[in-house]
Amino acid sequence: MSQKNKFLINISYADAILNATKIMLKKKKNVFVFGQGVDDPKGHYGTTLNLHKDFGKSRCFDTPICEESMTGVGIGAAIAGMNPILVHQRMDFLMLAMNQLVNMASKIHYISDGKLCVPLVVRACIGRSWGQGAQHSQSLYSIFAHIPGLKVIAPTTPHDVKGTLIRAIEDRNPVIFIEHRMLYKNKGLVPNGYYKTEFGKSRVLSSGNDITLVGISFTVIDCINAKNLLVEKSINAEVIDLLSIQPLDMSKIISSVRKTKRLVIVENDWINCGISAEIISRLIESCSIKFKVKRLGYLFTPCPTTASLEDNFYPNPEKIAKISYEMVTKKKNWVPKKIETREIKEFKGPF
Amino acid sequence: MKLKKFNFEDAFYLFKKIRSTEEKIIEIYESDVIKSPVHLSLGQESIAVGVALASEKKKDVIFSNYRSHAHFIAHGGNYKKMWAELFGKETGLSSGKAGSMHLGDVQANFIFTSAIVGSAISEAVGYALAIKLKKLKSKVICYHGEGAMDQGTFWESLNFSALKELPILYVCENNGLAIYSEQKKRMKVLDLCKKVESFGVHTIRVKNNSTENIFKCALKALKKIEKNSQPIFLEVNTYREVDHVGIYEDFKLGFRKKNKQKLLKSFNELNFLKKKTKNFLQIEKKINKEIVQALNYSYKSNFPKIKYVELNVTKE
Repeated sequence: MSQKNKFLINISYADAILNATKIMLKKKKNVFVFGQGVDDPKGHYGTTLNLHKDFGKSRCFDTPICEESMTGVGIGAAIAGMNPILVHQRMDFLMLAMNQLVNMASKIHYISDGKLCVPLVVRACIGRSWGQGAQHSQSLYSIFAHIPGLKVIAPTTPHDVKGTLIRAIEDRNPVIFIEHRMLYKNKGLVPNGYYKTEFGKSRVLSSGNDITLVGISFTVIDCINAKNLLVEKSINAEVIDLLSIQPLDMSKIISSVRKTKRLVIVENDWINCGISAEIISRLIESCSIKFKVKRLGYLFTPCPTTASLEDNFYPNPEKIAKISYEMVTKKKNWVPKKIETREIKEFKGPF
Repeated sequence: MKLKKFNFEDAFYLFKKIRSTEEKIIEIYESDVIKSPVHLSLGQESIAVGVALASEKKKDVIFSNYRSHAHFIAHGGNYKKMWAELFGKETGLSSGKAGSMHLGDVQANFIFTSAIVGSAISEAVGYALAIKLKKLKSKVICYHGEGAMDQGTFWESLNFSALKELPILYVCENNGLAIYSEQKKRMKVLDLCKKVESFGVHTIRVKNNSTENIFKCALKALKKIEKNSQPIFLEVNTYREVDHVGIYEDFKLGFRKKNKQKLLKSFNELNFLKKKTKNFLQIEKKINKEIVQALNYSYKSNFPKIKYVELNVTKE
C-alpha cells in the first residue's frame, strides 16, 4: 500500500465509485465515461457527478438512447485501445444491448485468436423498492455469467466497489459491473488512493460456525441482518459476499460449508437457472462434504410495483433467519421479529 | 491525403485476384476442404477494389461483414493466411477459430467482420470515435449491405457518428437482396441516400459503378472525411451473381430472374480493366502463382491442436 493509501476515508458506495473513476481518469488517458445522463446535474446518483467539468467533455459524455449501438461504440473504441466505461441506469436496459454483449464483446478476443481485446466496463444498477416495478428491478446476472468471455462482478461494500471498479477498468476483457440502487448511500471505510480488489475472490464478511449464508449484491445486507437476528437463538452464521460471479470463487464457500455443513444461498434474482444452482452443482462435483442446502431469491413472478406485494417478492432477513434456524435446529418453532431494512425504509426514489 | 490517380494495373490485379480466388473456392468447395459457409462477392468486386485503391493502406481502418473476401483481398489482408483460415488450419488468420465469416487481419488494419447483419457498424463508429479522441488522422471504412439498413443499429450508429462528427465512410453495397428478400419487400422508402441525409450525413450515390468511378467517388469522400472529420455515406448499386451463401446460382429458386446484362457486368468490367493493363499476362501469372502457393500452404498446414479450443477466451 502506498503512503497515500494509509488513510482511510468514510465514504458512500456512490462516492467510492466516483472516487475510483476519478483515480482511473487521472491514471490512464484512454479511460472515458459515457452513457445516458452521465453528465447531467444528478450524475448517475452522484457516481459520475461533474466528471465532464473536471476532465472535459471528451472524457465524460451523454449518449443518445440506443443501448445496442452505444455498446458497439464502446466495443469499437476498446478494440482501438481506449478504456470505455459505459454506464446504464438499470440492469433491465442491458437487454437492449445483448446482441453486442453476447455476440460481439464476449467473442471478439476468441474469434481474432487473441489479437483483439475488448477492455470495456459496462456499469449497470439493479433497482429495487418504492415502485420500481417489473422493468426497473431485474438483476439478470446469471445470464451474463453463462457467456464465456464476459466477467461479471457485483460488489456490495464501498471498499469493494472501489477496488473492483479499478480492477475492472484495468481488465483487458469486457466486464459487466453490477451495482445496486439500495447500496449507493451506504458508507464504509475505503483507502483514499489507488488499490485493486481482485476478481475471482469472494469475501467472508463475518465468520461463524453453524451455517453459511451466501449473498449477492444487496442480499449480502439481508444476510448480515439475518445473522443479527439469529444471535437471539445463539446461532452463529458465517456470511459470504459472493462479489465475483464470473469468475466464480468456490474456495471460500467450500471451506465454510466444510465447517458448517449447512448452506443458504440468497439470490438477488430469480432462483430458476441462477448462480446458486451453479454453486451447489460445483460443491457436489468437487467435494465429498455432506451438507444441507436451501435457496432463497425473488418469487418466480415479474416484480410487482405496489409495496404490499413487493415486500413478499423479495427475500428478507426474517426469511433467511427462519430457514437457517430450521436447518440448524430441525425445529419450526421460531418466527424472527420483523425488521425494517434501513436501505429499503429510507429510499423514497424518485428513481 | 496524397493526390492519387486511378491505376488500371492495380485495379486489374485486385479485381482479377478476388475473382480468381472465389472461382478457386467454387472449384474446390465440393471436395469439402473448407467445411464452412462461404458468402461469395462475385459481382460486387468493383466496390472493394475502387474503395481500397482510394484508401490509405496501413492508415485507414476496415470493418466489414460476412461477405468480405473481396474487401479482405482488396485491402491487403494476408492472403496465404486467409486461405489457411478457410481451411481451418493453425496457420490461418485466427487458427481456424474465425473462418470465412470472420476474416480479420490486425496488421492490415482489417479489424473485424461480423456474421450478424449490421452488428459491426457500431464497432466501426466506436473505432472512429477512438481515432477522434486520440486526435489521429486515419479514417474508418465500414462496408455493409442495404440489408443492414433494416436494422435499428444502423440508424443509431449513423446518428451518433453525425452527432460526434466522426471520420467514417459507410460503404453501402446495395445488391437489393437480403438472402432472397428484395429491398421493396422490406422497406417503404427505397431511397437510402435521402433517408441517410435526413440524419445530417452527406451522401454520394455512385450511378456509374465502374471501378474507376467508384475509386473517384471514394477518394473524394475520404479526402472530405480527413479534412472535416465527418461521416459520409457512399451507396453503390451492385449485383450478387450467386446464392446468398454457398457457391451455386440461385435463379432456379424462382425468386429473381436472371439478368444477363447485370450478370455480365463484373465480367465485362474485368475485361475492360484487362484491356487497359499492358502487362496483364504477367499479372495473371503472378495471381496464379499466389493462389497455388496459398493453397499448397493451406493443404500442408496442420489443424490446430485440440487443446487450442480453450485458448484466448479471455485475455489474461
